[in-house]
Amino acid sequence: MHELSIAAAVVESAEGVAREHGADAVAGVTLRIGELAGVVPDALRFSFSLVAEGTALERAELVIEEVAARARCGGCDARFAVGSPPALWCPHCDTPAAELLTGRELELAEVRMAGSP
Amino acid sequence: MCRSVDVRTAVLAKNDGLAAELRADLAERRVAAVNLLSSPGSGKTALLELVLRRARERGLAVAALTADLATENDARRLARSGAPVKQVLTGGLCHLEAAQVRALVDGWLPDATRLLFVENVGNLVCPASYDLGETLRVTLMSVTEGEDKPLKYPTAFGAAHLVVLTKTDIAGAVGFEDGVFSAAVERVNPGVEILRTSARDGQGVDTLLDRVLAVAGGAAPHAPLLAADHLRRHGHDHDPDAHHHDHGPDAHHHGHASPAPTA
Repeated sequence: MHELSIAAAVVESAEGVAREHGADAVAGVTLRIGELAGVVPDALRFSFSLVAEGTALERAELVIEEVAARARCGGCDARFAVGSPPALWCPHCDTPAAELLTGRELELAEVRMAGSP
Repeated sequence: MCRSVDVRTAVLAKNDGLAAELRADLAERRVAAVNLLSSPGSGKTALLELVLRRARERGLAVAALTADLATENDARRLARSGAPVKQVLTGGLCHLEAAQVRALVDGWLPDATRLLFVENVGNLVCPASYDLGETLRVTLMSVTEGEDKPLKYPTAFGAAHLVVLTKTDIAGAVGFEDGVFSAAVERVNPGVEILRTSARDGQGVDTLLDRVLAVAGGAAPHAPLLAADHLRRHGHDHDPDAHHHDHGPDAHHHGHASPAPTA
């Protein structure tokens, strides 16, 4: 259940952003989570509700954008969905991928400040 | 009225940053760290005890950290090798973080150490997300765990520099199908080497040590496609002199846009 540690890291960084911008409270945060990040969105939502209590994110809405895993073929350069369970091999020419384009994201994308004067 | 700030930072940026600094400091101290990931019961400790023993016989300065939720049993077992060993009790935490390794590197690691083995908490999910500043990430599983395990835990196997199969001495008895296993590994981590080992008869122990020594000597490890974003962005150059360049304390910030108000 490392989602608890991850939720704590989200709250810590979002509070930092709020402080930098002179806001007392955060209305919402958006996270981008890749299919292969090894994080379960539901577990993260649950953890977030616990960790946010008593912080500037207490009433913050958590939005999770899931990012599909995509790779680029090292042979024919095609872009393809890696699928689940993942296959890092091109479905067109059966060559290993040269790189994973998306899918490992674990990113705090946006912080929305609560009503400012 | 609501202001929103586009931050685009890695949630684990703090751990990634600490890990990058640790990697640079370890390189400066000429220490190569090996992060060992597996399920509980895969035989990590038994294999590591043998690796430490062989390393000592070969005159190598090795040390080990072993992490568990509770008990010092693993440290006691590993200490039989004669190598300096430290137990890390995570107090229920399911994975190690870079800060915990850092504290022990600063406070305990003997100066002469060249190879540091870090036995992570037995868990194939959570530890996969945390960079510990290691030079080599090894994911292990035993022949009793099911050939398709790499597909069930793709992040742990897909981000490994080296995959180690343990308990091969009983592979026949449990009907382990090596071809099915190899195909599963190859599917999530094309090109990664699979090392077959047994703590019972010593198979693969010297080869494992040789692989660790190779990266400690500056050889580039295999580049896994599923390596975490911050590692893929910087490449993985382990030449000690190149470290400052690639993994310097400031280097981990690049790629993360500075906070900029968008509305």
